[in-house]
Amino acid sequence: MALSAVLALSAAACGGDDGGSGGDGNSVTIGFLGDLTGENSGIVIPPKQGAQLAIDEYNATNPKVKIVLKTYDSQGQPDQATSLVQSAIKSDNIVGLIGPAFSGESQQAVPVLEEGKIPNISASATNVTLGEKGWKYWHRVVGNDSMQGTGVAEFLVREAKAKKVFVAHDNEDYSKGLADYVTKGLKEKGVTVEQDVVDPRASDYSSTVNKAKAFKPDAIFYGGYYAQGGRLLKQLRENGVDALFASGDGSLDKGLIEGAGEKNAVNTVVSCPCLIDPTGESSPASKKFAEAYKAKYNSEPAIYAAEGYDAATAFIEAIKAGNTTTEAINEFLKTIDVPGVSKQIKFDDKGEPAGGDVYIYRVEGKELPLLGKASEAKLQ
Amino acid sequence: MSSNGISKSVSNGIGNGKAAVGRLVEWPREWWATAPGYARWTVYLLLIAGALILPMEPIGRVMSPHSDWATVLFYPIGVFILLAIGLNIVVGQAGLLDLGYVAFFAVGGYTMAIFGTKYGWNFWEILIVGVVLSAISGLILGAPTLRLRGDYLAIVTLGFGEIVRITANNSEYVNGPRGIAGIPHPPSLSEVEIFGVQPLKYGVLDPRPYYYLLVALIVLTIIFAKRLEKSRVGRAWAAIREDEDAAELMGVPTFRFKLAAFAIGAAIGGATGVVWASKVISIIPNNFPFILSATILAAVVLGGSGNIPGVMLGAFLVAWLPERFRGLEDYRVLIFGAALVAMMALRPEGILPSRQRKAELAEGTGGMGSMGAEVPTASGAGAADTDQVEVSK
Amino acid sequence: MLDNLLINTVDGLSLGAIYALVALGYTMVYGVLRLINFAHSEIFLIGTCASLVVVNAVAPSAPLSGVALLGIVLLMAAVAMVASGAGAMALEFVAYRPLRKHGASRLAALISAIGASLFLQQFFALFVIPWLFDKPKEGGRLPVQPEQHFVDRHDVFSIGGVGVANDKLIVFIAAILMMVVLDQFVNRTKLGRGIRSTAQDPETAVLMGVNIDRIVTATFAIGGAMAGVAAALYVLRFEETFFMVGFLLGIKAFTAAVLGGIGNIRGALTGGFVLGLLEMYGSMVFGSAWKDVVAFVILILVLMFRPTGILGESLQQARA
Repeated sequence: MALSAVLALSAAACGGDDGGSGGDGNSVTIGFLGDLTGENSGIVIPPKQGAQLAIDEYNATNPKVKIVLKTYDSQGQPDQATSLVQSAIKSDNIVGLIGPAFSGESQQAVPVLEEGKIPNISASATNVTLGEKGWKYWHRVVGNDSMQGTGVAEFLVREAKAKKVFVAHDNEDYSKGLADYVTKGLKEKGVTVEQDVVDPRASDYSSTVNKAKAFKPDAIFYGGYYAQGGRLLKQLRENGVDALFASGDGSLDKGLIEGAGEKNAVNTVVSCPCLIDPTGESSPASKKFAEAYKAKYNSEPAIYAAEGYDAATAFIEAIKAGNTTTEAINEFLKTIDVPGVSKQIKFDDKGEPAGGDVYIYRVEGKELPLLGKASEAKLQ
Repeated sequence: MSSNGISKSVSNGIGNGKAAVGRLVEWPREWWATAPGYARWTVYLLLIAGALILPMEPIGRVMSPHSDWATVLFYPIGVFILLAIGLNIVVGQAGLLDLGYVAFFAVGGYTMAIFGTKYGWNFWEILIVGVVLSAISGLILGAPTLRLRGDYLAIVTLGFGEIVRITANNSEYVNGPRGIAGIPHPPSLSEVEIFGVQPLKYGVLDPRPYYYLLVALIVLTIIFAKRLEKSRVGRAWAAIREDEDAAELMGVPTFRFKLAAFAIGAAIGGATGVVWASKVISIIPNNFPFILSATILAAVVLGGSGNIPGVMLGAFLVAWLPERFRGLEDYRVLIFGAALVAMMALRPEGILPSRQRKAELAEGTGGMGSMGAEVPTASGAGAADTDQVEVSK
Repeated sequence: MLDNLLINTVDGLSLGAIYALVALGYTMVYGVLRLINFAHSEIFLIGTCASLVVVNAVAPSAPLSGVALLGIVLLMAAVAMVASGAGAMALEFVAYRPLRKHGASRLAALISAIGASLFLQQFFALFVIPWLFDKPKEGGRLPVQPEQHFVDRHDVFSIGGVGVANDKLIVFIAAILMMVVLDQFVNRTKLGRGIRSTAQDPETAVLMGVNIDRIVTATFAIGGAMAGVAAALYVLRFEETFFMVGFLLGIKAFTAAVLGGIGNIRGALTGGFVLGLLEMYGSMVFGSAWKDVVAFVILILVLMFRPTGILGESLQQARA
């Protein structure tokens, strides 16, 4: 019946991506965990590709110990992430993990990595509380929401001369977190802030638009992903709300412009603790990375690709220095200090990146090129 | 062969297939019905022993090659089984259509989270509190709504599930969408090691102690549910399920028994939530979406609503198959949906139907009632061609 | 304060209009089959995709308004009605008819409905959307916009200082129009009588010579067509779709149907508008985060005091 048909189909399909296991004499396995096939996979596939690029470049130098990258698709679901981490540790013997990609799954999966003593570096999980748990094996190469919030607030006050800002989010963990930090940063600078919520499953944001219209803000900030951000922006413009529209890293995607409509998206800015710099404006390393990425994947590096590359670089440096056990690698990560593509690769005692900036991107036509650092970028 | 001939032989084939499955299912049940007491007890003990050795590696390699078998055994398999037993009391025994069962799972989970992180109580104390609070929430939901007819109850319970989730999402007290992390594990009772496992030590890396805890809870719940089914309460539920008006006329206080069903089902859901939260140590409102209610309901119906082995099997399949076929990744939900439609078309009474219910269904009456407009027509040739009278609820 | 109330009333009626049209499909199928057709949300999805295909085919060079806009909306509605109506008939044939023939319980039908809904959502995400709109395979779950935004939104007139935009006005009028048409159809035509009599008493209907299978098919087709119109209006308002577009909308629409009186066509209209207004007013007072809670709480309250909904139930008469 239906069941046996399903069984037959899958027996054929279930070859999967089971590469070699790690831990034999001349290769080790590093895992990559994140939402690779769900609706937010657009934020996870670039760092995976960045990491793969770094590892392939390293393996091409014919080192003594090669690295195998094994990917795990959690679809952003915490329970899937947890059971995948369990099998990664027990069956695949990973010595390190790049990920988890999202903050939500990190909350449940990292404690398992802690108990299993597996060093892990996330390229994209930005929730502030992750750094406050006293985890010893956890790291990230991306600035957290508090940093992004402060950067955005500074930019809006300085460049948009904002005295009143309307902050919206979709009431999910990441969005609300970022929106709250932006609000905090703005209030500290004496800005009046009103907050409202949109439902990510719905399409009609009239109630939020009406509130924004009544508030008459100088700028509007949306914390959340581009699908909702684009929709909100479109409905705001259609109802005559012309204030500057800003959003966070979840909106750093052309989908924002497509959703809102090119006409409506003019002059919109998006912040990110990540660096996407194909022309090398920020550093020559960015240009070199962009060229290598494009050569391998036939597309421009997207959000968090450089950070994925840097996370892999951290593990590569550890292994190059002869560390192949989880403890040794973790010890090495405490003192690593090498230049990466997105920032200097160095961790503080909590596992947060020691440096890093918030960058602003501005819509131009159908693209979202880099405008500059939040502390320096000019709107005019 | 003409197309008529082909379709005839296809439907003959399907009919033979269905009859074969029916016989396959009937055979062990015939044996079971006439088995003497000691034989039954032996089977029970064997089943429990089997459940205890289930998390072994070799079994895991076959059952779950893509993710950790012991983790999967706890969630989703074990949790779904326990939830299905609880929902079975509401839907299968009392005949109440509940589309918001996840709300009680959430109440249990959040009870564990709040009392564990904010008040520092220990797991066993919280388990009791969780059961009580969930039962109360079942009463709160039931009191205003159980006078409603079948399908109205469905939409209202769906609404209740959403209300619980959205309220949790909007409340600062439970950290809104960020959820509560740092939920304590059950206290480790001892470091004793049996066959290489430390079954009473509750850490993070080894899911097996939690699994054994869940097995114990499942066994207790089954015993409890079975006793209920055979008691006066269970008979009252059967009467309400068959024909509520007649039951009322016969002097059964239907409203009170329906409320009891709700509360007991809720209590089981809550207990499950407490145990689950103590393992995953961090929960968010989006852990409790409507789709989970729908999935448990599907498990109950697929397995055979009304009888415990049936719903356990249904829950096991609904939980295990998507995990087993992770290789098909993208297509998991697609296949799941198609399988539900196919199963209902081919065997709507479930894989292991309750034999009592099967008799009812053959007449197209009773249970949840049948759809309107089922009067047989010239083109119809269904298995049931006795008088089909619609029983109102 | 007053113009805040006015703005939210206008928006509430516009939102409610779409709920009302989708609610029609739920209420008609329920009236005849006592089945909650969970997959109706995907019938709506089919209509939105069909509408977007029409927009891409017409490919207006500049955003439209006035008569041209009406023209494209009519075209979208016509195509979507056919697509959704056909989809609904196919759905009935595959997912519900086999159960009807075997006298399956309503619960089994509900599970089949849920399965069909999940299947269709994924089917569209994995195959149809990438194929229809030329997206990569992983892009099937992302929102789809028409190649060009095609609506030139401007206010048609003002009430008390609040402008009423052309798209919102079209949506509102279209909903009322379709309701009148459907109401007349159900009351005046032979097929309509057949539907009403089947809803009321299927056995007697058969004795009177009604062909139940035909009635059921027609009910699904009409409900589907209404969803198609709703879909076209949705595309007019929001100029996008995505594979889960029907999910929340479907739950809301079914709530609206129950609120107004399930099985009652005028009830679907009433329930839809009431729900739309409740959402807007609820957001005004409690904040947008609570609007769904407000809606469900009001539903529970209404049902407690009026168990068959605002206008009472059934296609013209309560059933048993």
